[in-house]
Amino acid sequence: MNTARARCEISLTVNDEPRTVLAFPMERLLDVLRERLGLTGTKEGCGEGECGSCAVLMNGLLVNSCLVPVLQAQEAKIVTIEGLAQQGRLHALQQSFLECGGAQCGICTPGMILAACHLLNKNPQPDLEDIREGLAGNLCRCTGYVQIWEAVAEAAVRGNR
Amino acid sequence: MRSEPADYELVAPGSLQAVVSLLAEQPGEWLPIAGGTDVMVQYAAGNLRARKLVSLWNLPELRCIEVSEGEVRVGAGCTYTDLREHEVVEREFPLLARAARWTGGIANQNRGTLGGNIANASPAADSLPALLVYEAELILVSARGERRIPYLDFHTGYRKTLLASDELIRAVCLARRFADYFSYSRKVGPRNAQAISKICIAALGHMASGLVEDIRIAVGSVAPTPLRLKETERRSRGRPVDDALVFQARQIAVGEIRPIDDIRSTAAYRSAVVGNLVAQFLHGLRASGRSA
Repeated sequence: MNTARARCEISLTVNDEPRTVLAFPMERLLDVLRERLGLTGTKEGCGEGECGSCAVLMNGLLVNSCLVPVLQAQEAKIVTIEGLAQQGRLHALQQSFLECGGAQCGICTPGMILAACHLLNKNPQPDLEDIREGLAGNLCRCTGYVQIWEAVAEAAVRGNR
Repeated sequence: MRSEPADYELVAPGSLQAVVSLLAEQPGEWLPIAGGTDVMVQYAAGNLRARKLVSLWNLPELRCIEVSEGEVRVGAGCTYTDLREHEVVEREFPLLARAARWTGGIANQNRGTLGGNIANASPAADSLPALLVYEAELILVSARGERRIPYLDFHTGYRKTLLASDELIRAVCLARRFADYFSYSRKVGPRNAQAISKICIAALGHMASGLVEDIRIAVGSVAPTPLRLKETERRSRGRPVDDALVFQARQIAVGEIRPIDDIRSTAAYRSAVVGNLVAQFLHGLRASGRSA
Protein backbone atom coordinates (compact mmCIF):
# COMPACT_ATOMS: atom_id res chain seq x y z
CA MET A 1 0.00 0.00 0.00
CA ASN A 2 2.61 2.50 1.08
CA THR A 3 4.57 2.58 -2.12
CA ALA A 4 6.49 5.80 -1.60
CA ARG A 5 6.10 8.16 -4.53
CA ALA A 6 9.00 9.97 -6.01
CA ARG A 7 9.89 13.45 -4.86
CA CYS A 8 10.03 16.00 -7.62
CA GLU A 9 11.99 19.14 -8.18
CA ILE A 10 9.94 22.27 -7.62
CA SER A 11 11.29 25.62 -8.74
CA LEU A 12 9.61 28.71 -7.44
CA THR A 13 10.42 32.27 -6.62
CA VAL A 14 9.94 33.12 -2.98
CA ASN A 15 10.15 36.77 -1.97
CA ASP A 16 12.05 37.54 -5.18
CA GLU A 17 14.60 34.77 -4.63
CA PRO A 18 14.64 31.75 -6.95
CA ARG A 19 14.42 28.55 -4.88
CA THR A 20 14.43 24.88 -5.81
CA VAL A 21 13.19 22.20 -3.46
CA LEU A 22 12.88 18.46 -3.70
CA ALA A 23 9.40 17.68 -2.41
CA PHE A 24 6.52 15.27 -2.76
CA PRO A 25 4.02 16.82 -5.17
CA MET A 26 1.21 16.66 -2.60
CA GLU A 27 3.20 18.42 0.10
CA ARG A 28 1.38 21.54 1.11
CA LEU A 29 2.94 24.81 0.01
CA LEU A 30 2.59 25.81 3.68
CA ASP A 31 4.90 22.99 4.82
CA VAL A 32 7.40 23.61 2.07
CA LEU A 33 7.63 27.28 3.07
CA ARG A 34 7.92 26.57 6.77
CA GLU A 35 9.89 23.35 6.92
CA ARG A 36 11.95 23.17 3.75
CA LEU A 37 12.61 26.90 3.33
CA GLY A 38 12.55 27.90 7.01
CA LEU A 39 10.04 30.70 6.41
CA THR A 40 8.01 30.24 9.58
CA GLY A 41 6.26 33.61 9.34
CA THR A 42 3.46 31.84 7.50
CA LYS A 43 1.28 30.25 10.19
CA GLU A 44 -0.89 27.18 10.26
CA GLY A 45 -4.25 27.78 11.90
CA CYS A 46 -7.01 25.40 10.86
CA GLY A 47 -5.26 23.57 8.04
CA GLU A 48 -8.50 23.49 6.06
CA GLY A 49 -8.82 26.85 4.35
CA GLU A 50 -11.16 28.39 6.90
CA CYS A 51 -8.98 30.80 8.86
CA GLY A 52 -6.53 32.48 6.48
CA SER A 53 -3.51 32.26 8.82
CA CYS A 54 -1.46 30.56 6.11
CA ALA A 55 -2.38 33.05 3.38
CA VAL A 56 0.40 34.02 0.97
CA LEU A 57 0.44 35.63 -2.46
CA MET A 58 0.89 33.22 -5.35
CA ASN A 59 1.44 35.01 -8.65
CA GLY A 60 -0.08 38.07 -7.01
CA LEU A 61 -3.21 36.30 -5.82
CA LEU A 62 -4.06 35.61 -2.21
CA VAL A 63 -4.22 31.85 -1.55
CA ASN A 64 -4.40 29.66 1.52
CA SER A 65 -1.09 27.83 1.37
CA CYS A 66 -2.50 24.89 3.35
CA LEU A 67 -4.71 24.10 0.34
CA VAL A 68 -2.02 24.34 -2.34
CA PRO A 69 -0.22 21.13 -3.26
CA VAL A 70 3.29 22.32 -3.97
CA LEU A 71 3.29 20.90 -7.49
CA GLN A 72 0.70 23.56 -8.35
CA ALA A 73 3.18 26.21 -7.21
CA GLN A 74 5.74 25.05 -9.79
CA GLU A 75 7.28 28.18 -11.38
CA ALA A 76 5.07 30.43 -9.22
CA LYS A 77 6.05 33.68 -7.58
CA ILE A 78 5.32 33.50 -3.88
CA VAL A 79 5.28 36.38 -1.43
CA THR A 80 5.23 35.62 2.29
CA ILE A 81 5.23 37.98 5.25
CA GLU A 82 9.04 37.81 5.24
CA GLY A 83 9.02 39.42 1.79
CA LEU A 84 7.14 42.60 2.65
CA ALA A 85 9.73 44.64 4.51
CA GLN A 86 12.31 46.13 2.14
CA GLN A 87 15.85 47.02 3.17
CA GLY A 88 15.01 46.84 6.84
CA ARG A 89 12.04 49.13 6.43
CA LEU A 90 8.61 47.83 7.37
CA HIS A 91 5.87 47.74 4.76
CA ALA A 92 3.21 50.41 5.30
CA LEU A 93 0.78 47.73 6.45
CA GLN A 94 3.21 46.30 8.99
CA GLN A 95 3.78 49.80 10.35
CA SER A 96 0.09 50.61 10.56
CA PHE A 97 -0.73 47.26 12.21
CA LEU A 98 1.86 48.13 14.85
CA GLU A 99 0.56 51.62 15.41
CA CYS A 100 -3.15 50.81 15.37
CA GLY A 101 -2.92 47.74 17.60
CA GLY A 102 -3.86 45.46 14.70
CA ALA A 103 -1.75 42.62 16.09
CA GLN A 104 -2.15 40.95 19.45
CA CYS A 105 -1.16 37.28 19.74
CA GLY A 106 0.16 37.47 16.19
CA ILE A 107 -0.96 34.17 14.75
CA CYS A 108 -3.42 35.68 12.29
CA THR A 109 -1.25 38.70 11.55
CA PRO A 110 0.89 37.44 8.62
CA GLY A 111 -2.17 36.16 6.77
CA MET A 112 -4.16 39.24 7.69
CA ILE A 113 -1.42 41.53 6.35
CA LEU A 114 -1.10 39.55 3.12
CA ALA A 115 -4.87 39.68 2.64
CA ALA A 116 -4.71 43.43 3.22
CA CYS A 117 -1.80 43.70 0.79
CA HIS A 118 -3.80 41.81 -1.85
CA LEU A 119 -6.76 44.11 -1.25
CA LEU A 120 -4.72 47.31 -1.55
CA ASN A 121 -3.02 46.04 -4.70
CA LYS A 122 -6.43 45.63 -6.30
CA ASN A 123 -8.15 48.56 -4.67
CA PRO A 124 -5.79 51.21 -3.26
CA GLN A 125 -8.63 53.26 -1.72
CA PRO A 126 -10.99 50.76 -0.12
CA ASP A 127 -13.93 51.81 2.03
CA LEU A 128 -14.76 49.97 5.24
CA GLU A 129 -17.04 47.52 3.43
CA ASP A 130 -14.26 46.68 0.96
CA ILE A 131 -11.82 46.16 3.82
CA ARG A 132 -14.23 43.90 5.69
CA GLU A 133 -14.87 41.86 2.57
CA GLY A 134 -11.18 41.67 1.68
CA LEU A 135 -10.32 40.31 5.12
CA ALA A 136 -13.43 38.19 5.67
CA GLY A 137 -11.51 34.97 5.05
CA ASN A 138 -9.05 35.75 7.85
CA LEU A 139 -10.09 35.00 11.40
CA CYS A 140 -8.74 36.81 14.46
CA ARG A 141 -9.70 35.79 17.96
CA CYS A 142 -7.95 38.64 19.79
CA THR A 143 -8.59 42.07 18.38
CA GLY A 144 -12.28 42.09 17.55
CA TYR A 145 -11.17 43.23 14.08
CA VAL A 146 -11.77 46.95 14.53
CA GLN A 147 -8.09 47.83 14.98
CA ILE A 148 -7.24 45.64 12.01
CA TRP A 149 -9.68 47.51 9.75
CA GLU A 150 -8.29 50.79 11.07
CA ALA A 151 -4.75 49.66 10.32
CA VAL A 152 -5.67 48.80 6.72
CA ALA A 153 -7.48 52.11 6.26
CA GLU A 154 -4.47 53.92 7.71
CA ALA A 155 -2.07 52.15 5.35
CA ALA A 156 -4.33 53.04 2.41
CA VAL A 157 -4.27 56.70 3.41
CA ARG A 158 -0.49 56.70 3.68
CA GLY A 159 -0.05 54.98 0.34
CA ASN A 160 1.25 51.51 -0.07
CA ARG A 161 4.75 52.17 1.09
CA MET B 1 -5.44 12.33 11.06
CA ARG B 2 -3.14 14.14 8.66
CA SER B 3 -2.24 12.47 5.39
CA GLU B 4 1.30 11.52 4.48
CA PRO B 5 2.37 13.25 1.23
CA ALA B 6 4.60 10.32 0.30
CA ASP B 7 1.51 8.13 -0.06
CA TYR B 8 0.05 10.29 -2.82
CA GLU B 9 0.83 10.82 -6.43
CA LEU B 10 0.01 14.10 -8.15
CA VAL B 11 0.72 14.84 -11.77
CA ALA B 12 0.17 17.97 -13.85
CA PRO B 13 0.13 16.95 -17.53
CA GLY B 14 -0.43 20.57 -18.57
CA SER B 15 -3.05 20.13 -21.29
CA LEU B 16 -6.66 19.04 -21.36
CA GLN B 17 -5.84 16.44 -24.00
CA ALA B 18 -3.18 14.86 -21.80
CA VAL B 19 -5.46 14.80 -18.74
CA VAL B 20 -8.28 13.22 -20.69
CA SER B 21 -5.92 10.56 -22.10
CA LEU B 22 -4.74 9.72 -18.59
CA LEU B 23 -8.34 9.32 -17.41
CA ALA B 24 -9.07 7.11 -20.42
CA GLU B 25 -6.09 4.85 -19.73
CA GLN B 26 -7.02 4.27 -16.10
CA PRO B 27 -10.65 5.30 -15.58
CA GLY B 28 -11.56 5.85 -11.95
CA GLU B 29 -7.92 5.74 -10.83
CA TRP B 30 -7.22 9.45 -10.97
CA LEU B 31 -8.98 12.13 -9.00
CA PRO B 32 -8.98 15.52 -10.72
CA ILE B 33 -7.92 18.40 -8.50
CA ALA B 34 -8.33 22.02 -9.57
CA GLY B 35 -7.94 24.74 -6.91
CA GLY B 36 -7.92 22.21 -4.08
CA THR B 37 -10.46 24.00 -1.90
CA ASP B 38 -12.41 20.77 -1.41
CA VAL B 39 -9.88 18.04 -2.22
CA MET B 40 -7.12 19.45 0.00
CA VAL B 41 -9.55 19.74 2.91
CA GLN B 42 -10.34 16.03 2.62
CA TYR B 43 -6.63 15.34 2.29
CA ALA B 44 -5.84 17.34 5.44
CA ALA B 45 -8.47 15.40 7.36
CA GLY B 46 -7.10 12.06 6.15
CA ASN B 47 -10.37 11.40 4.31
CA LEU B 48 -9.10 11.39 0.75
CA ARG B 49 -9.62 7.94 -0.64
CA ALA B 50 -7.93 8.54 -3.98
CA ARG B 51 -4.15 8.06 -3.96
CA LYS B 52 -3.52 9.35 -7.48
CA LEU B 53 -4.44 12.90 -8.39
CA VAL B 54 -4.26 14.81 -11.63
CA SER B 55 -4.06 18.58 -11.60
CA LEU B 56 -6.43 20.70 -13.68
CA TRP B 57 -5.22 23.96 -12.16
CA ASN B 58 -4.69 26.68 -14.73
CA LEU B 59 -5.26 24.47 -17.78
CA PRO B 60 -5.77 27.15 -20.43
CA GLU B 61 -8.54 25.17 -22.16
CA LEU B 62 -10.59 25.27 -18.95
CA ARG B 63 -9.79 28.77 -17.78
CA CYS B 64 -11.60 31.03 -20.20
CA ILE B 65 -14.97 32.70 -20.50
CA GLU B 66 -16.20 32.88 -24.09
CA VAL B 67 -19.02 35.23 -24.93
CA SER B 68 -20.96 34.68 -28.14
CA GLU B 69 -24.23 36.15 -29.32
CA GLY B 70 -26.43 33.48 -27.80
CA GLU B 71 -24.49 32.22 -24.81
CA VAL B 72 -21.71 32.64 -22.34
CA ARG B 73 -19.45 29.62 -22.01
CA VAL B 74 -17.60 29.52 -18.72
CA GLY B 75 -14.64 27.14 -18.65
CA ALA B 76 -14.90 24.73 -15.73
CA GLY B 77 -11.51 25.87 -14.44
CA CYS B 78 -12.62 29.48 -13.98
CA THR B 79 -12.36 30.61 -10.39
CA TYR B 80 -14.96 32.49 -8.39
CA THR B 81 -12.75 35.54 -8.79
CA ASP B 82 -12.85 35.10 -12.58
CA LEU B 83 -16.67 35.00 -12.37
CA ARG B 84 -16.93 38.01 -10.04
CA GLU B 85 -14.75 40.11 -12.27
CA HIS B 86 -16.32 39.24 -15.61
CA GLU B 87 -18.42 42.08 -16.92
CA VAL B 88 -20.99 40.02 -18.86
CA VAL B 89 -21.40 37.50 -16.04
CA GLU B 90 -21.90 40.34 -13.58
CA ARG B 91 -24.45 42.11 -15.78
CA GLU B 92 -26.45 39.22 -17.24
CA PHE B 93 -25.98 36.48 -14.65
CA PRO B 94 -25.93 38.41 -11.40
CA LEU B 95 -27.03 35.37 -9.40
CA LEU B 96 -23.85 33.59 -10.38
CA ALA B 97 -21.62 36.62 -9.75
CA ARG B 98 -23.24 37.09 -6.34
CA ALA B 99 -22.85 33.42 -5.42
CA ALA B 100 -19.17 33.68 -6.38
CA ARG B 101 -18.81 36.68 -4.08
CA TRP B 102 -20.46 34.78 -1.21
CA THR B 103 -18.38 31.62 -1.52
CA GLY B 104 -15.55 31.26 0.99
CA GLY B 105 -13.28 34.29 1.36
CA ILE B 106 -11.03 35.99 -1.17
CA ALA B 107 -8.28 33.35 -0.90
CA ASN B 108 -10.71 30.53 -1.62
CA GLN B 109 -12.35 32.54 -4.40
CA ASN B 110 -8.94 32.84 -6.03
CA ARG B 111 -8.60 29.06 -6.09
CA GLY B 112 -12.04 27.46 -6.05
CA THR B 113 -13.46 26.74 -9.50
CA LEU B 114 -16.98 26.55 -10.88
CA GLY B 115 -16.32 23.09 -12.33
CA GLY B 116 -14.98 21.94 -8.99
CA ASN B 117 -18.06 23.21 -7.19
CA ILE B 118 -20.27 21.27 -9.63
CA ALA B 119 -18.23 18.05 -9.54
CA ASN B 120 -17.89 18.13 -5.76
CA ALA B 121 -21.69 18.08 -5.80
CA SER B 122 -22.36 19.35 -2.32
CA PRO B 123 -26.06 20.12 -1.84
CA ALA B 124 -24.93 23.22 0.08
CA ALA B 125 -22.78 24.69 -2.71
CA ASP B 126 -23.62 28.35 -3.21
CA SER B 127 -23.22 28.57 -6.99
CA LEU B 128 -25.41 25.61 -7.90
CA PRO B 129 -28.91 27.10 -7.37
CA ALA B 130 -27.93 29.91 -9.76
CA LEU B 131 -26.96 27.36 -12.43
CA LEU B 132 -30.29 25.61 -11.94
CA VAL B 133 -32.41 28.72 -12.49
CA TYR B 134 -30.36 29.85 -15.50
CA GLU B 135 -30.88 26.33 -16.89
CA ALA B 136 -27.19 25.96 -17.57
CA GLU B 137 -25.89 23.19 -19.79
CA LEU B 138 -22.67 21.33 -19.14
CA ILE B 139 -20.12 20.24 -21.68
CA LEU B 140 -18.48 17.04 -20.50
CA VAL B 141 -15.32 15.81 -22.16
CA SER B 142 -13.51 12.49 -22.32
CA ALA B 143 -11.26 10.71 -24.79
CA ARG B 144 -14.51 9.46 -26.33
CA GLY B 145 -15.52 13.01 -27.23
CA GLU B 146 -17.78 15.68 -25.83
CA ARG B 147 -21.39 15.62 -24.76
CA ARG B 148 -23.68 18.43 -23.76
CA ILE B 149 -26.24 17.82 -21.02
CA PRO B 150 -28.72 19.95 -19.09
CA TYR B 151 -27.27 20.79 -15.67
CA LEU B 152 -30.70 20.03 -14.24
CA ASP B 153 -30.02 16.31 -14.85
CA PHE B 154 -26.44 16.27 -13.54
CA HIS B 155 -27.00 15.46 -9.87
CA THR B 156 -28.55 12.04 -9.52
CA GLY B 157 -28.43 11.68 -5.73
CA TYR B 158 -26.46 12.77 -2.70
CA ARG B 159 -23.01 13.53 -4.13
CA LYS B 160 -23.83 11.36 -7.16
CA THR B 161 -23.53 12.78 -10.64
CA LEU B 162 -23.73 11.80 -14.31
CA LEU B 163 -19.98 12.24 -14.70
CA ALA B 164 -18.39 9.02 -16.01
CA SER B 165 -15.12 7.86 -14.47
CA ASP B 166 -13.11 8.99 -17.50
CA GLU B 167 -14.93 12.30 -17.88
CA LEU B 168 -14.33 15.92 -16.89
CA ILE B 169 -16.56 18.96 -16.85
CA ARG B 170 -15.23 21.17 -19.59
CA ALA B 171 -17.55 24.17 -19.57
CA VAL B 172 -20.81 25.59 -18.30
CA CYS B 173 -23.04 27.18 -20.94
CA LEU B 174 -25.43 29.95 -20.03
CA ALA B 175 -28.06 31.16 -22.51
CA ARG B 176 -28.14 34.96 -22.68
CA ARG B 177 -31.85 35.46 -22.19
CA PHE B 178 -32.24 36.54 -18.59
CA ALA B 179 -30.84 40.06 -18.62
CA ASP B 180 -34.27 41.65 -18.05
CA TYR B 181 -35.41 39.17 -15.40
CA PHE B 182 -35.88 40.12 -11.78
CA SER B 183 -33.28 38.17 -9.80
CA TYR B 184 -33.13 37.34 -6.13
CA SER B 185 -30.69 35.39 -4.00
CA ARG B 186 -29.90 34.96 -0.35
CA LYS B 187 -27.36 32.98 1.60
CA VAL B 188 -28.50 32.12 5.10
CA GLY B 189 -25.71 31.17 7.46
CA PRO B 190 -23.83 32.39 10.53
CA ARG B 191 -21.86 34.79 8.31
CA ASN B 192 -21.44 35.31 4.58
CA ALA B 193 -17.73 34.59 4.20
CA GLN B 194 -16.38 31.11 4.84
CA ALA B 195 -19.56 29.74 6.44
CA ILE B 196 -21.31 26.93 4.62
CA SER B 197 -24.95 27.81 3.99
CA LYS B 198 -27.82 26.65 6.15
CA ILE B 199 -29.94 27.51 3.12
CA CYS B 200 -29.12 29.26 -0.12
CA ILE B 201 -31.64 30.33 -2.73
CA ALA B 202 -31.49 31.73 -6.24
CA ALA B 203 -34.59 32.84 -8.10
CA LEU B 204 -35.56 34.52 -11.34
CA GLY B 205 -38.86 35.90 -12.46
CA HIS B 206 -40.48 37.93 -15.16
CA MET B 207 -43.82 39.75 -15.00
CA ALA B 208 -45.99 40.61 -18.00
CA SER B 209 -49.25 42.56 -17.76
CA GLY B 210 -49.31 42.08 -14.00
CA LEU B 211 -49.00 38.30 -14.23
CA VAL B 212 -46.11 35.96 -13.53
CA GLU B 213 -44.88 35.12 -16.99
CA ASP B 214 -41.83 33.10 -16.01
CA ILE B 215 -40.49 32.03 -12.64
CA ARG B 216 -37.60 29.82 -11.52
CA ILE B 217 -36.62 29.04 -7.94
CA ALA B 218 -33.74 26.83 -6.75
CA VAL B 219 -32.61 26.09 -3.23
CA GLY B 220 -29.48 24.54 -1.75
CA SER B 221 -29.00 22.65 1.54
CA VAL B 222 -32.60 21.45 1.71
CA ALA B 223 -32.40 18.11 -0.12
CA PRO B 224 -29.73 15.56 -1.17
CA THR B 225 -29.06 17.67 -4.27
CA PRO B 226 -29.55 21.34 -5.15
CA LEU B 227 -33.25 21.54 -5.92
CA ARG B 228 -35.51 23.35 -8.42
CA LEU B 229 -38.92 24.05 -6.90
CA LYS B 230 -40.79 22.98 -10.02
CA GLU B 231 -44.22 22.66 -8.46
CA THR B 232 -44.02 26.06 -6.80
CA GLU B 233 -43.01 27.51 -10.16
CA ARG B 234 -45.75 25.71 -12.11
CA ARG B 235 -48.49 26.84 -9.78
CA SER B 236 -47.27 30.45 -9.77
CA ARG B 237 -47.15 30.95 -13.51
CA GLY B 238 -49.85 33.03 -15.14
CA ARG B 239 -51.08 34.49 -11.85
CA PRO B 240 -50.82 37.91 -10.26
CA VAL B 241 -48.52 38.07 -7.25
CA ASP B 242 -51.14 38.65 -4.55
CA ASP B 243 -51.35 37.53 -0.96
CA ALA B 244 -53.11 34.34 -1.97
CA LEU B 245 -50.25 33.35 -4.27
CA VAL B 246 -47.60 34.19 -1.69
CA PHE B 247 -49.42 32.16 0.96
CA GLN B 248 -49.84 29.19 -1.36
CA ALA B 249 -46.32 29.34 -2.80
CA ARG B 250 -44.84 29.23 0.70
CA GLN B 251 -46.74 26.03 1.45
CA ILE B 252 -45.94 24.36 -1.84
CA ALA B 253 -42.26 25.24 -1.54
CA VAL B 254 -42.02 23.78 1.95
CA GLY B 255 -43.69 20.63 0.64
CA GLU B 256 -41.13 20.29 -2.15
CA ILE B 257 -37.99 20.38 -0.03
CA ARG B 258 -36.60 17.49 1.99
CA PRO B 259 -34.49 19.17 4.69
CA ILE B 260 -32.71 17.32 7.46
CA ASP B 261 -31.29 18.15 10.87
CA ASP B 262 -27.51 18.36 10.64
CA ILE B 263 -24.51 20.12 12.12
CA ARG B 264 -25.49 23.45 10.53
CA SER B 265 -29.21 23.69 11.05
CA THR B 266 -32.47 21.86 11.60
CA ALA B 267 -35.16 20.67 9.23
CA ALA B 268 -37.73 22.86 11.00
CA TYR B 269 -35.62 26.00 10.66
CA ARG B 270 -34.84 25.28 7.03
CA SER B 271 -38.54 24.79 6.22
CA ALA B 272 -39.54 28.00 7.95
CA VAL B 273 -36.81 30.00 6.24
CA VAL B 274 -37.45 28.57 2.77
CA GLY B 275 -41.07 29.70 3.09
CA ASN B 276 -39.93 33.17 4.11
CA LEU B 277 -37.38 33.43 1.31
CA VAL B 278 -39.92 32.38 -1.33
CA ALA B 279 -42.31 35.03 0.02
CA GLN B 280 -39.56 37.67 -0.01
CA PHE B 281 -38.69 36.77 -3.59
CA LEU B 282 -42.33 37.04 -4.68
CA HIS B 283 -42.71 40.44 -3.02
CA GLY B 284 -39.65 41.63 -4.92
CA LEU B 285 -41.00 40.16 -8.14
CA ARG B 286 -44.32 41.96 -7.64
CA ALA B 287 -42.50 45.26 -7.11
CA SER B 288 -40.40 44.65 -10.25
CA GLY B 289 -43.64 44.19 -12.24
CA ARG B 290 -44.94 47.58 -11.02
CA SER B 291 -41.84 49.45 -12.02
CA ALA B 292 -41.62 47.75 -15.42
